[in-house]
Amino acid sequence: MMSRGRFRKTALVVGLSFLYLPILSMIVFSFNNSRLVTVWDAAHSPTLKWYSALLSNGHILDAAWLSIRIAAVTATLSVVLGTVAGLVLARFGPFRGRALLAGLTTAPLVMPEVITGLSMLLLFVALEHAIGWPDGRGFVTITIAHVTFCLSYVTVVVQSRLAGFDDSLEEAALDLGARPARVFFSITLPLILPAIISGWLLAFTLSWDDVVISQFVAGPSASTLPMVIFSKVRLGVSPDVNALASIMVAVVALCVVCSTLWMRRLERRRQLEEQMARAAGG
Amino acid sequence: MTLARLKEILAGEYGRRVVIGVPYAWLLAFFVVPFLIVFKISFSEVRFSMPPYAPLFELTEDGAHWRAIFNLGNYHYLIADSLYIATFAYSIKVAAVSTLICLAIGYPMAYAIARARESTRNLLLMLIVLPFWTSFLLRVYAWVGLLQNDGVVNNVLLAVGLIDQPLTLLYTDFAVYVGIVYSYLPFMILPLYSNLEKHDLTLLEAAADLGARPMTAFLRITLPLSIPGIVAGCLLVFIPAVGEYVIPSLLGRSDQLMIGRVLSDEFFANRDWPVASAVAIVLLVGLLLPILVFQRYQNREIEAARR
Repeated sequence: MMSRGRFRKTALVVGLSFLYLPILSMIVFSFNNSRLVTVWDAAHSPTLKWYSALLSNGHILDAAWLSIRIAAVTATLSVVLGTVAGLVLARFGPFRGRALLAGLTTAPLVMPEVITGLSMLLLFVALEHAIGWPDGRGFVTITIAHVTFCLSYVTVVVQSRLAGFDDSLEEAALDLGARPARVFFSITLPLILPAIISGWLLAFTLSWDDVVISQFVAGPSASTLPMVIFSKVRLGVSPDVNALASIMVAVVALCVVCSTLWMRRLERRRQLEEQMARAAGG
Repeated sequence: MTLARLKEILAGEYGRRVVIGVPYAWLLAFFVVPFLIVFKISFSEVRFSMPPYAPLFELTEDGAHWRAIFNLGNYHYLIADSLYIATFAYSIKVAAVSTLICLAIGYPMAYAIARARESTRNLLLMLIVLPFWTSFLLRVYAWVGLLQNDGVVNNVLLAVGLIDQPLTLLYTDFAVYVGIVYSYLPFMILPLYSNLEKHDLTLLEAAADLGARPMTAFLRITLPLSIPGIVAGCLLVFIPAVGEYVIPSLLGRSDQLMIGRVLSDEFFANRDWPVASAVAIVLLVGLLLPILVFQRYQNREIEAARR
């Protein structure tokens, strides 16, 4: 019989290989010369030709630029709304409609995308029919739809973070006569800053990545990057998509490593300040 | 003066209501109202107009009365046509099987991470989450290159001599299972990990002291304690997987579609918005119970984080 330590290690190695080998194979084949993506053309590889093809493809670059703008606006709006929702749920005590709000913020986490996409599109069509807005579909409608599902993720992250802190600091500030808004900006906000940063990154990624909801609410004129990729890969493999994937993996890996390091530093500084404050308060 | 008054208002009971009202208003306008519209349209008749459905309330020809047209035909159509029932059944089967495979792979991994040294634990968690940050679409696409007839998997199997004919892997149920398990595995591992990590290990020591074998201790202590994590992980995989659209479109069979694809085809290809809405409502009603169970778990989990 396998020893328990061996079993755990095997489970991890097998599982992590399963997660990473496909990504690795995409990166390897992005340097392959052959059009037949999966046959390694040893004579002429590695090559950067798919990367240069990608960077001269105006259609893909336009779509990427649209996706970046949508993701940035989505992430920022989601962070504002999600932080407010998380704060209300974690700090406002009981109020009428609290259970409904809690339900509304967790439902989009598991809602199948086709349902969200369809319902958002039907709303926009009905609105346009009734009041003439939104006039056509594109940037605005995609952003609204993305914010609606992304804000749930931010809410959960902020709410869990707030639940991990008691509210004694906030209480103390209120007792000392600070206004609620002041308390929020000078005490609560710095406490939940790491959650807000990861919430922003999460919302950005989810928006950047979404294809199904975008397809419903995009209208004929706007194509986000995932929509372009999806219509390309539906027809089979194409080597420039491999190059695109490799670039995205590199960027993401870099961002995740940097933000992890940065958030660790923020956290350490906050703990230090809290200790000093408590020490000074006696 | 007015500014001071405004500040006063915002600080008091009104301010509280405004703060509560902002996310509420957004979610009501863009999450609840859209569902009501879908519900409404699911009772309409399809029409060649823009938007392509008949209004539920119409003025009668003489213009004197309103007439409500409440049409159950779309739902009847879904029940009468065996295609839809088969599609629903197939989607549930695919989601259930994928969820079980996820659990079988994810549980040992979550367990191994939860029992790892603290320093390696964070690294391992990051490795689990990292693929989630890279594009979901591209990770699914990676499997097209791996599974096709002259793909990497077949080439490796041919090279080591396990097979002499390439296997048909792509565009099969197997490929869909692989795609779903691959994409959703982190969603299974994370709730399991956060549950397993909280277990009181002295219970296992006590069991060992009393002569229980490790397997018995696992089955009688760890497994029952981890049921909330199992339920949460399974729902996080199962619910979205039932309506999955991208994975079966890229990897799945063309002779048996999943319900997400059928909904989208009804809407875009057939332009039958009422039937698409009815499909969405049926899917939503079917998933309502799992969604409610998941919400209860999620809220309890957040409350439990409170110290």
